[in-house]
Amino acid sequence: MSTATATETHAEHAEHHELSFIRKYIFSTDHKMIAKQFLFAGLMFLLLGGLLAVTIRWQLGFPGRPLPAFIQWIFPDTMAPGGIILPEFYNSLVTMHATFMVFFALMPLMAGVFGNLLIPLQIGAEDMAFPRINMVSFWIMPVAGVIMLASFFVEGGAAGAGWTSYAPLSADGQYTGVYMGQILWLISLIVLGFSSILGALNYVSTVINMRAPGMTWFRIPLATWSLFITAWLLLLAIPILTGGLILLLADQTIGTAFFRPEGSGEPLLWQHIFWFFGHPEVYILILPAMGFVSEVIANRSRKPIFGYHSMVIALVSIAFLSWVVWGHHMFQSGMNPLLGMTFVVTTVVIAVPSAIKVFNWMGTLWRGNIHFDAPLLHAVAFVSLFIIGGLSGIFMAAAPVDIYIHDTYFIVAHLHYVLVGGSLFGIFAGIIYWYPKMFGRMMHEGLGKVHFFLSFLFYNMAFFPMHNLGVQGMMRRIYDPNQYEFLQGLQPLNTWISISIFLFASTQAIFAFNFLWSLRKGKVAGNNPWKSNTLLWTTPSPPPHGNFPEMPIVYRGPYEYSHPDREQDYWPQDEPPASSEAGGQVAPAPTPEPVPGD
Amino acid sequence: MSEAAVATMDRKPMPGMKVYNKKLGMWVFLLSEVMFFTSLIGSYVILRFAHPDHWAEVGTVLNVQLTAVNTFFLICSSVTMVKAFAAIQQGDQKGLQRWLLATILIGATFVGIQVYEYIALAGEGFVPALDGYHAVGRGNPHDGPSLGGPLYGATFYAMTGFHGAHVSIGVLCLIFVYVRSLQGAYTATSLEGVEVIGLYWHFVDLVWILLFTIVYLI
Amino acid sequence: MKWEYFSWVMPDNVVSTYGQTLDNLWLVILWVTGIVFFATEIVLLVFMVKYRHREGRKAEYIHGSNKAEFIWTSITFVIVMVLAVYSKGIWDEIRDQDLIPADAYEIQMLATQFEWNANYTGADGLFDTADDFISRNVLHIPVGRPVVVQLMAQDVIHSFFLPEFRVKQDAVPGMITPVWFEATTTGEFTLACAELCGLGHYTMGGTVIVHTEADFQDWLAEQQAAAEDD
Repeated sequence: MSTATATETHAEHAEHHELSFIRKYIFSTDHKMIAKQFLFAGLMFLLLGGLLAVTIRWQLGFPGRPLPAFIQWIFPDTMAPGGIILPEFYNSLVTMHATFMVFFALMPLMAGVFGNLLIPLQIGAEDMAFPRINMVSFWIMPVAGVIMLASFFVEGGAAGAGWTSYAPLSADGQYTGVYMGQILWLISLIVLGFSSILGALNYVSTVINMRAPGMTWFRIPLATWSLFITAWLLLLAIPILTGGLILLLADQTIGTAFFRPEGSGEPLLWQHIFWFFGHPEVYILILPAMGFVSEVIANRSRKPIFGYHSMVIALVSIAFLSWVVWGHHMFQSGMNPLLGMTFVVTTVVIAVPSAIKVFNWMGTLWRGNIHFDAPLLHAVAFVSLFIIGGLSGIFMAAAPVDIYIHDTYFIVAHLHYVLVGGSLFGIFAGIIYWYPKMFGRMMHEGLGKVHFFLSFLFYNMAFFPMHNLGVQGMMRRIYDPNQYEFLQGLQPLNTWISISIFLFASTQAIFAFNFLWSLRKGKVAGNNPWKSNTLLWTTPSPPPHGNFPEMPIVYRGPYEYSHPDREQDYWPQDEPPASSEAGGQVAPAPTPEPVPGD
Repeated sequence: MSEAAVATMDRKPMPGMKVYNKKLGMWVFLLSEVMFFTSLIGSYVILRFAHPDHWAEVGTVLNVQLTAVNTFFLICSSVTMVKAFAAIQQGDQKGLQRWLLATILIGATFVGIQVYEYIALAGEGFVPALDGYHAVGRGNPHDGPSLGGPLYGATFYAMTGFHGAHVSIGVLCLIFVYVRSLQGAYTATSLEGVEVIGLYWHFVDLVWILLFTIVYLI
Repeated sequence: MKWEYFSWVMPDNVVSTYGQTLDNLWLVILWVTGIVFFATEIVLLVFMVKYRHREGRKAEYIHGSNKAEFIWTSITFVIVMVLAVYSKGIWDEIRDQDLIPADAYEIQMLATQFEWNANYTGADGLFDTADDFISRNVLHIPVGRPVVVQLMAQDVIHSFFLPEFRVKQDAVPGMITPVWFEATTTGEFTLACAELCGLGHYTMGGTVIVHTEADFQDWLAEQQAAAEDD
């Protein structure tokens, strides 16, 4: 594709073939359609993960009470006889909730949707470097999803060893009573890994090789930067997990003993492999959202991002450091304590670039001209909730203090603050902000604000008190905390949290309604409803196949908002410098009339 | 050059890595493959340091001589791959086809010898599983003492098995490229497919040299 | 529902020597993060109000400030490094196997699905002899003396959690992991499993009974006699 001659324009190329329904909507190689496919699939799995969470909270909020009649029928007697959740099913619930959320909701929504949608459009390319590989990378995901879903229906039920699947609990079915379910869990994730690797190699190749002329590295918008860095992390971390999953699968199926002590295997080896992948993984889950937040805050404040270069350096630093902190998940594991100390140092150091990003977002808002629409609200909520998630991480980073809070609800609070307060709110900001480009219409602003305020309220009502549960010592993954006398007094708090979760979950119906309603009834969006500078917003909403009629040329960075010499408070990246006088309204000089007799 | 000059000439993307897309993609993919093998080899290193008694003396269980010959074959196949690429760089389509075929045949031989070796080893009780591991070593009676322990077998089959799978996939891709070359798909100016499979093949060879050293010679 | 559940300060129930040190470190971190929390969230709120869009407003065209970057990066770095260094001394004291008090009273603890089996040496002070005896799900220890528990697991990973002692250590099958602590008061306290270990994980609770030295010796003698009768 890079050897296509420049004389053949993209518009001509697009007219070559009128695609069948199947080629246009099902097996599409157009990055924009693939983004929508990831969006649809990701939101479906987000819903499933949410339903699993609600079920978990039913048990913790109303222990031993049968599920309400209207959902009782969903669960067979192997899971919840008479509507009462069984302990083994509870273990599957916590495992599958996390598994679906991390691998089938957040990753597709972050990297699958926005990597595909934003990268070519923001860098001025007509599509990804490898459109057919892109199509394959999407279709692997529902296949893996079906395998994972199937695990609920096999004998023994779905995997129940936690999303972290520690060996030997996960290595031998006799310990959980789950045999096929655990195997299917492993196979599903092995398959899914290929989706991430293929997608990531596409993103990396595209950003390196297909930037429009003038789009130097430091003129790339931060959303693309964050997706580019995330792609590197995916490329290098996922194969590590794949290797480990294969070894664990071997332990389960052919009787090897990589992680089983009866054969001199090492349970801690599994933890090292898993977390060596797992820590870069959590940055994979947050970095794109940081990119979206940068775009939205700069644009809605009508102000250049504060410290663009620092923001890029911070992204790169986080990515590098993410490889050397994995041991902080293993402080209490029996790992060599000296090793533990080195991880304390690296872990506190990784807090620094994250803090820098928070300060720079605040610096962007400072002396801005802030428009309070739904994307901005979600972006600012990201910052405020990420602050909480990040600060709670400091407690855990101090290994001695982690002794008490490890494997308690303090950790559960921390991870949900960064993944929901952070990633999910960032995804909401991204969806609302880029919806017009995807679907040609704006989402309803009033509904967006209502959804935001209720979500923010119920979210904090649910998750903030989890810190307190942790301080009181409540452990994770406990079917019935009332078995412990020291936890019995916490039941009212657990019930409060459960009710708040139910309210938070219900509120998402507003978002779903808004999303679907706006597809048909939303206000028609022009090319650039947010008056942004990036190349993406120079195209029609939605853009045609091939994106740009001809390859754009870039003259400046993406955050030239409110330049003092211009009347307009934005300055698109592809606007030529000659017409910059009088706020970009100058008409091109008229061509001279031919004089008779020449 | 000035912005205005860019505007008047044919528009080309930023130079990036100055390497065409397919080649960049293959390099990036190979980096992920490095991480995959790192996971398997890293596990082997950790397990071996933790339980050195599971490993037998060099050469007592594994057939170092046969595998050394096999290694030589694989290295030869990298040479034939280089010759194939050099041929098409000169526009020599017949040369390309000949050297590709040679690479395929040698690659298939490598896999074949490995399969033969696996069967022989399994017959001698060298298996990956915990139950059933009773590696008597080469040429020893079946009821002889067991050499090493199951971690030896498990790590051996994991590392060499996945390497063998990568070689097999490489052979299939080479067959695809070979068929295309018979159809005249490659020329001196259109040889990306050949270069890219060549990169993959050399990578697979390099991994084997590393594996041969740490699995058979140490 | 006790109101102190909403406090972010560690509960006032610590019964071990180094437990208090840990709670102090917690408090230090709480102060630092608390100040940062309030400062940043308040500033964020103030910015929201002060810099909201109004007719005729224009944002200030500023790309950043290297000086600001340097200042806030250095301050953050220094604070976190101080925390790391402060943690090291405490961590070594608790976890360094060479620093386990030499005279600590040794007990073996075997975690299984779903029980805690505390193995005592008996009168001869040696393990794996005829006079060893086991206490299921109840750990008896003396007050005012260091105790070292040699953690083992029979099947899967469990985690030995004594909330009031601020003790937690994973019990990994195939490994023996020592964990030491010293009780400061007598009484009955909680033993919990803090690592998902299967279906009965939530039932894997027990008790820690801290005796006076005299009562502890009595208890040992009693158990000894009972074991010999078997």
